[in-house]
Amino acid sequence: MPTASSTYLVAHEVSYAYPRRRGRDAVVPAVSGVSLAVARGSFTGLLGPNGCGKTTLLKLMAGVLRPAAGAITLEGRALADMPRRTAARHVAVVPQDTHPAFDYTALEIVLMGRHPHLRPTQLEGPADLAIAHQSLEATGTLQLAQRPFTSLSGGERQRVVIASALAQQPDVLLLDEPTASLDLGYQLEVASLLRRLSREHDVTMVMATHDLNLAASMCDALAMLRDGRLLGYGPTEEALTSATVRQLYDVEADVQFHQASGHLTVTPVRRAG
Amino acid sequence: MIADGTAHTALRAPQAAARPIRARLALTVAGFGVLTIAACLLAPLVGSTPISLRRALDTAIPFASNVDAQILFIARLPRVLAGALVGAALASAGVVFQALLRNPLATPFTLGVSAGASLGAMLVIILGGTIAVGPWSPVPAASLAGAGLAAAIVYALANGPRRVMSTTVLLLAGVTLNAFFSALIVFVQYLADFAEVARAARWLMGDLDVGGFDPIVAALPLVVAAGLIFARLPAALNLMGVDPDSASARGVDVASTQRWAFFSASLATSAAVALAGPIGFIGIVVPHLVRLLVGVDHRIVLPASALFGATFLVLCDLLARTLMAPVEIPVGVVTAIIGGPFFLWLLVREG
Repeated sequence: MPTASSTYLVAHEVSYAYPRRRGRDAVVPAVSGVSLAVARGSFTGLLGPNGCGKTTLLKLMAGVLRPAAGAITLEGRALADMPRRTAARHVAVVPQDTHPAFDYTALEIVLMGRHPHLRPTQLEGPADLAIAHQSLEATGTLQLAQRPFTSLSGGERQRVVIASALAQQPDVLLLDEPTASLDLGYQLEVASLLRRLSREHDVTMVMATHDLNLAASMCDALAMLRDGRLLGYGPTEEALTSATVRQLYDVEADVQFHQASGHLTVTPVRRAG
Repeated sequence: MIADGTAHTALRAPQAAARPIRARLALTVAGFGVLTIAACLLAPLVGSTPISLRRALDTAIPFASNVDAQILFIARLPRVLAGALVGAALASAGVVFQALLRNPLATPFTLGVSAGASLGAMLVIILGGTIAVGPWSPVPAASLAGAGLAAAIVYALANGPRRVMSTTVLLLAGVTLNAFFSALIVFVQYLADFAEVARAARWLMGDLDVGGFDPIVAALPLVVAAGLIFARLPAALNLMGVDPDSASARGVDVASTQRWAFFSASLATSAAVALAGPIGFIGIVVPHLVRLLVGVDHRIVLPASALFGATFLVLCDLLARTLMAPVEIPVGVVTAIIGGPFFLWLLVREG
């Protein structure tokens, strides 16, 4: 990783615990003492079992949650010190899936990405519409613009949601298991879109995922979380090994370089005793 | 779809060139506004007794002996204006509650505000009460107090220890409170004599014959205040309607938007119910009809529903006054007869 730009998106010993409900369970930190240095334009994967703190870390990086200790900085500025709307002009989030309560069109969904750039009662203008169209075009969904979002297939929906995040014109795109609810074909479709966007647009990507092969194929660097702590962090080819998979998931796996795909592949063998 | 003619060409797919929001909003408000004005101007002229507009407006005839003017200004105009105000308040409150609960089948009465208002009104009607509060006479004053109590209970339950409201708890608390207050209403009625029960039942049917301009003037500031809050909400409601977490990631203060939405929609509902009783179905039928016509963007649906709600209730009341003239049908019965089947059709369609 280029060290010169590794001061881009940085987590400094970040910790967070969800506020407990009155008198119930003790406070269990969701993330504790995590430090990351994400290079500009890079693609970083967050790996770890369910409940390891991946989503919490993404919310901290989006500025939605404020760290209890430590700080997340983007080009040296702490996200927690920025107003939410300012943070949202730099960082956009793509959730695993989206279930609107109303029948918005794809274009309406994408235009909502302009929200952080508009004053609260300001209506979007021609410039915003142009950006929305570019975003639809970049994700290959321009022909779906007037279709109701709920009438789209899973892959189309996720591409529209990614277009909506692009319309935010972010520097950083945070993806929370963006392919988890898609079938294999749509997974590949969305993955190749993300790869292309990270290459062609100057967008830094951080993706939480359970799909180790997807992570191996897309990510320059991997961060591995378990119980809210960082177990390993480094370039993909160094970080992804049988040993780290065992540590992470208690699973024996075969990790090998796959010639045809050009990246590491992970084949789970058995649950480690 | 019509291309908007602005310079950002390179639009290869013509169907993607939607009319910009500004034009859609202006067109929609103008269209529904004309309907509302037309309804409010024409409705007072129609009724069981034919009147002559020229005679009613003839200043040469003293008001005391001008029957046409008396019918127009004392009997009909307050009623039409009350219908417009209540219709606008209930329809827009319906839109806001539906967005807040992320549930298109919610109504202004889902969260128990109207049941609280009804209980308050019942207690005064049946136990008797003479405390007027400011411009409010005893029954509407008690109804406002009951609505406020119901809203406070639901709010306290749903707000809980976490900052963001749980819309699930909000719904469950509202539905439960509705049932609880309804039981209390039945109990209060059981203890009352027949004349009181008849009066109470009549109030529960909803009635726009508010008896002059004073009650309208009393309710107006509350509805206007709610409307001013509504005006700041629609963009945030749009984003929360997609996904509350995404909205939060885009700079929407979800917790604050929820609080303002709950407070303002409860306020509008309380004022409407205090003025005219719990007139049902406006808050669900109107927003859905409007969405069928103009799409689901809350920045358009909210003002359009307010205007169409006013039109719809004025016309329903016109039917209530004239269908079986000289007998009047309670307007709540008319809205229910039109709204009930429509609501069922919606359920089947969306289910």
